[in-house]
Amino acid sequence: MSGYDAIVIGAGSVGLPAAMFLGERGLRVLVLEALAAPGQGQHKSAIGGVRATHSDPAKIRLCRDSLELFRTWKERHGFDVGYKPGGYVFPVYERAHEQTLRGLLATQKSHGLHIDWVDADSMAELVPGIQREGLRGGTYSPNDAQVSPLLAAEGYRRVAVSNGVKLRYRCPVTGIRVAGGKVRGVDTPEGRFDAPMVLNAAGAKARQVGALTGLVVPVTPDSHEAGISAPMERFLDPLVVDIRPGPEGKTANFYFGQNKEGQIIFCYTPAALIEGEDRESTSEFLPVVTRRMIALVPRLRNMLVRRVWRGLYPMTPDGVAIVDRAPEPEGLFLAVGMCGQGFMMGPGVGRAVAALMVEGELPLPPEVVAMLRFDRDFFAGKTEALK
Amino acid sequence: MSRDPVPPTQELHMERRIQSHPILSSHGPERVRFFFGEQEVHGRPGEAISSALYANGITVFGRHHKDGAAQGIYCVNGQCSQCLVLADGRPVKSCMVPVREGLRVTPVDGAPPLPAEDSPASFSDTWAQRAQVLIIGGGPAGICAAEELGRAGADVLLVDDKDELGGKLSLQTHPFFGSVRACHAGTRGIDLATILARDLPALPNVRVWLGATAVGVYRDGLVGIVQHGRYLLVRPQMLLVAAGAREKSLYFPGCDLPGVYGAGAFQTLVNRDLVRAADRLFVIGGGNVGLIAGYHALQAGIRVVGLVEALPKVGGYKVHLDKLRRLGVPVWTSHTALRVEGVERAERITIAGVDEGFSPIPGTERSFEVDSVLIAVGLAPVNELAAKARQLGIPTFEAGDAAEIAEASAAIFSGRIAGRRMAARLGLGGAVPPAWSTTAEVLRSRPGDELPFIAKDPGLSVYPLIRCVQEIPCNPCTDVCPVGSISIADGSITSQPTFAGRCLGCGRCVAICPGLAINLVVQDYDPARELAALVLPWELDDRTFGRPGDVVSTVDMEGLPVGEGRVLAVREREDQDRRRLLLLEVPWEDRLDVAGFTVPIAGGEALDGVAPPGEEDPIVCRCERVRRSEIVAAIREGIRDINVLKAVARPTMGGCGGKTCGELVMRIFREEGVDLDEVTPGTVRPLVAEVPAGVLAGLAPGEGEEQ
Repeated sequence: MSGYDAIVIGAGSVGLPAAMFLGERGLRVLVLEALAAPGQGQHKSAIGGVRATHSDPAKIRLCRDSLELFRTWKERHGFDVGYKPGGYVFPVYERAHEQTLRGLLATQKSHGLHIDWVDADSMAELVPGIQREGLRGGTYSPNDAQVSPLLAAEGYRRVAVSNGVKLRYRCPVTGIRVAGGKVRGVDTPEGRFDAPMVLNAAGAKARQVGALTGLVVPVTPDSHEAGISAPMERFLDPLVVDIRPGPEGKTANFYFGQNKEGQIIFCYTPAALIEGEDRESTSEFLPVVTRRMIALVPRLRNMLVRRVWRGLYPMTPDGVAIVDRAPEPEGLFLAVGMCGQGFMMGPGVGRAVAALMVEGELPLPPEVVAMLRFDRDFFAGKTEALK
Repeated sequence: MSRDPVPPTQELHMERRIQSHPILSSHGPERVRFFFGEQEVHGRPGEAISSALYANGITVFGRHHKDGAAQGIYCVNGQCSQCLVLADGRPVKSCMVPVREGLRVTPVDGAPPLPAEDSPASFSDTWAQRAQVLIIGGGPAGICAAEELGRAGADVLLVDDKDELGGKLSLQTHPFFGSVRACHAGTRGIDLATILARDLPALPNVRVWLGATAVGVYRDGLVGIVQHGRYLLVRPQMLLVAAGAREKSLYFPGCDLPGVYGAGAFQTLVNRDLVRAADRLFVIGGGNVGLIAGYHALQAGIRVVGLVEALPKVGGYKVHLDKLRRLGVPVWTSHTALRVEGVERAERITIAGVDEGFSPIPGTERSFEVDSVLIAVGLAPVNELAAKARQLGIPTFEAGDAAEIAEASAAIFSGRIAGRRMAARLGLGGAVPPAWSTTAEVLRSRPGDELPFIAKDPGLSVYPLIRCVQEIPCNPCTDVCPVGSISIADGSITSQPTFAGRCLGCGRCVAICPGLAINLVVQDYDPARELAALVLPWELDDRTFGRPGDVVSTVDMEGLPVGEGRVLAVREREDQDRRRLLLLEVPWEDRLDVAGFTVPIAGGEALDGVAPPGEEDPIVCRCERVRRSEIVAAIREGIRDINVLKAVARPTMGGCGGKTCGELVMRIFREEGVDLDEVTPGTVRPLVAEVPAGVLAGLAPGEGEEQ
């Protein structure tokens, strides 16, 4: 079999854009996906929020890049990925949360994020029907957006294919070939494919792919549930994040938005990590999430809930992704551990890792590069203010 | 695009009600007043909003948010999402919510707005309830399983999404086939539910929840159930899915027009709610459902213009086919519906003959004026909850149509057997009597071969002609003959009954035969032997058709014209269970041939010329308004994963979750020459029906909400 310049393992949130950018740079790229189609792992479980509103500069940078890419997708590629502008709001009811969020504004702005504190009246205009009692206002970042993960997967695939990228489905990687300290290619049930570079973009399976070369990739799946409503008349522009832990003790925060189809899409972060690969919905999710949503925006009581699902967050111990070359062998790269933000970071990470693979360096400031390194101290004790 | 919320063609006239029906009693005079948009209309208390709207001549309930297309009813069974309206501002399936005094129904024009109910909410907690066995579906199978399990001492919870037990039995005005002893053959479906369920109240360990829809099975082994605005979680030790069947769908240009809908939907409107849903009906599909629906229309006084079946032979029982043909309904086999067109509702249908490959034959097109077209192309098991439960490791059984599509008689046995098996699994003893399995097998059997029918004059003064020429499981005639002259030679209930010996002329066999396939010949009516009299079974409205003195056009058993006859008398007796026996005078030489006569509400003249085609690219996914060409384009681009097809073209992404178009999408893959083994199926997730967030949250019902 003729060789490739790079093999990408995983046609998901990260692998697809990485392949697309590698192809754009003229590399001969092969994407190997264990499932039957692009985006069928955790990618399609994303709710589609894309925000640069983070506390962590690495995420701000990468997601600003993602936002720009999605915003201009249709005009550049002629395909609608369900982009809906509208921003993100973090409504605030507690003094401590106001202090935290206000305290982040300077850093966020210094990394180019368009964000401001808005008062309660403005927040109530942005989120019609929001519970006014105790509302202090909140942050509003108008350039954040929503995108359809389902359409984005197809969008990536189309552009990747037009960039000459080859994709193979139902083709899991069973081995990574190494000789003389260098990557030579991969083994699959369909045979061997040769390439001097291999990118582990295997999402929730990153640890297993890492193990093929004996590398311990500190990524553990943690599951989150989500749901979607029937479409309704557009009434909500921004995606709403309520960072208060729930009184029921099960939710750390929750968030929802109305997508381009008019459907409300929603999710909560469990108070405690739920490790494992179980993707079947539980009976607990709907009563808990609907109460939280209705408590915040009472008119959501009449929204018709249509479907629920459960996806995996590939978590690193410190909650930040790994975008780096592997310590060994030469030619092995990692873009893993997106911690549930693979969809929003995907384009930014894809572009960055493509640059790393071709040019040898991440096109990011040194402090950001340091945060994404594989050999960083994952247990340094820093916690992210905004997850 | 400027649009009226209610199209001007939609004239409101009250009382599209069936005033007179040969089998069903009319409903009481009670009325509730409600509003559709600004108009004041009336309905019967407790009837579904959709039925009440139809009874007021309203067939367009809203406009689709994607393209403004007129939306009306489709399944009338809570399965699709076509009949969405706003009830006091809240989006609801109008077929599942009753009208009430003062209700404000608003057509949904585009995506429904979220009412600005901004008062703070309070919630009540729900706890998971336990049940040894949860039975989903209270039709014949579910009822019988509950009874068996109940008798064995199991703690049973039976849930059904309708407000009464019986499932689709409530739509079946006709007597059932089968064995008298095993499954009440000869009893009308509408009466069977009461008979089957009569012992349940005496079983304290069987709880029944009505108006309760099972919406999801979850990882933690709980089943979510919505009942009257409450969300309940049940933890069953075992699950029985006896949720019946849903109607299969079909696409053709115009299939999405209001007025094109399921045969079961029609039966619900007509037989359950006594709504005169149509004036000129056409039926697509010659299975039992289509044939019976056509017959039910005639019973309701609704004209049946015709019926097409794509296969060379109808799939339903021959006796059902013959019943329809004898009344004068044209049944065209090897024919297809090319298209339905009209403005805002079905107005014309164009049919054509098809060749062996089911392609329309040019030049055979004919168009007919209609106002309603029924899709009756088969049933599919409602088994998605069973599949999910099994996948999650819950011990799961299925019974009735949810297990295998068959007659209600088979469902009774299937339910009993499942009940016994589950009781045994629970350690409550009880085995399935071997004879039950045999009976179930027989009742499930498909219609068999047809034998030629040769009417013979045995030389008696009176004798029956048993025009039962197809092997179907049925034997009531052998039970009722007081002199034992009707028997089935080999003892099996599927073989043909034969007459031998004496005939008293009592007419019991005529009155009982579920297929209306027996008549008497009275040869001593005219000693001169110029005339004979026939005793015919009659289940149309005898105040309109078949009145004494009427001169009628007689037909043979398959509906071919014979000559003329004159109705002499009508006999109506308690023991005939609402079936009339007509005494018909015919010429002596016609006596062996005549098996019925036509009625003036069967058939219709073809229009001059063929109606011109309009939009020829049919809607396949009604919820998301996806046309066939869009699915074909995606398939031709190489998409082989339904999940990707959903993402790109959106079929199955709507409110019904692919219950309506899922099979059609697979058919298009086949039509495109794709091996279905290559196609990755779509992921199935909860919920199986949309539920208001407030219900899931345990919101205390507010003012104006149904209590």
